[in-house]
Amino acid sequence: MRETVITFEKITKSYPFYHHIVGIKNFLFALPSSLKAIRTSRFEALRDISFEVYRGETFGVIGRNGAGKSTILGLIAEVLRADKGKFLIEGRVSPLLELGAGFHPELTGKENIMLNGVLLGLTRRDVLKKMDEIIEFSELVNFIDQPIRTYSSGMLARLGFSVITHLEPEILLIDEVLAVGDIDFQKKCIDKMMDFKKSGVTIILVSHSMEDVKKICDRVMWVENHTVRMIGEPDEVIASYRHIE
Amino acid sequence: MHITINTKIQHYFDLIIVLTQKEIKVRYKNSFLGYFWSIAHPLAFAFVFFIAFKVIMRIQMEDYALFLIAGLFPWQWFANSVNAAPMLFIGNASIIKKVNFPRNIIPFAAVLQDMIHFILAIIVIIIFLFIYHKTPSFSWIYGIPILLSIQFLMTYGVSLIISSLNLFFRDLERLTNLFITLLFYFTPVIYSETMIPEKYKSIINLNPLTPMMISWRNLFLDGRLDAFYLMISLSYAIILFGVGYIIYKKLSWRFAEVL
Repeated sequence: MRETVITFEKITKSYPFYHHIVGIKNFLFALPSSLKAIRTSRFEALRDISFEVYRGETFGVIGRNGAGKSTILGLIAEVLRADKGKFLIEGRVSPLLELGAGFHPELTGKENIMLNGVLLGLTRRDVLKKMDEIIEFSELVNFIDQPIRTYSSGMLARLGFSVITHLEPEILLIDEVLAVGDIDFQKKCIDKMMDFKKSGVTIILVSHSMEDVKKICDRVMWVENHTVRMIGEPDEVIASYRHIE
Repeated sequence: MHITINTKIQHYFDLIIVLTQKEIKVRYKNSFLGYFWSIAHPLAFAFVFFIAFKVIMRIQMEDYALFLIAGLFPWQWFANSVNAAPMLFIGNASIIKKVNFPRNIIPFAAVLQDMIHFILAIIVIIIFLFIYHKTPSFSWIYGIPILLSIQFLMTYGVSLIISSLNLFFRDLERLTNLFITLLFYFTPVIYSETMIPEKYKSIINLNPLTPMMISWRNLFLDGRLDAFYLMISLSYAIILFGVGYIIYKKLSWRFAEVL
């Protein structure tokens, strides 16, 4: 029996069109219509979607831009709240941030490791304990006391990835991050993800690269028009997805 | 792994430390120059007001430069924190959209950072006291921590209100800057409360910053801590913090939607 770690049951998520209320001046001058706009004009990002993710599997999410993939990740990371439906999660979620998010350019590599590690849920003691290991993995020993504004984008990606790989995540969220960095670094990312897979980490991967999805995922979900179009074996789902495109 | 209450509190605490450290490190990167620049601003204003009001308009007050300094530094703390508030969450959009951590730690750390800076600037006030042949009082030992706590609570409350609302009303930033500038002239910083005409005296305490700034100046110049002003400041601080926290709580789960 497989253990479920993430459950989406008939989840609906919509956003108000916040552009109606960009300014307090406009809002107050058109108060009745502004209030009405908040209530009525909503944009539906996910409609009635249901799926489950099992412990230790690598779950791919594919679909066109604007289909609702990022909203799904936002719900899993619990930065968004569903309007309707049941959402359950078990375990600590670690999102893999985009390049340099949460970093400060004026701080050194070391200081940024601390900042990023704590923002992602570690205590300072945890980060200190792992500091040497993180630096070693990043291969940035010679630059670690330099402010990161002097880093290249490849070096930034290495630094960010090194922090995330030492978080000991239970559920890892990856949103298109593999697209950055050079070929070597991408390979290193994939290798590291394979290690995670082996050690039983649940991975949710959102990607446009069908090669990556095919290579690492155990199951794939195809999201289209804000609903689930298909869930199944990577080969099967990708084939249908390509067929439509 | 189950996250116990203890590690959760530890993590809150660490978040505050790391974010405050970040702000301070960035501010004081070139240690001496960083410190110099951040006290230069209130000093420059003290100079301008001194020229305008003492030299040109001949205000009847002894030690007017010292008087200005004692009010401008605490005011600067409040104004800096509030003026920075609109951009706090917007500036951290990339992380707020991805990671679920208590967002109120961002304004907390920002206000704390300005407070630490103000504490460092007290040295300048002491130097000016000595220039005017005065000395710090013993009452500072308890007076400063009390006033720091009250002003921190007040400023944090206002910062929560503005930083949260600005995500939904993006023109709040301009209003904030304008409002703070106006508020400055309605607060007894460049003039003393005794100079206010009798018929307006009853309403000066409608401005939450009035009792706060009077308390600071009385403490710095005479070592005096007036219970009346203290109680009004504290009441305002509690109200503003309460309002700020409620607004933040109501809106915070939508932050990732609007960023």
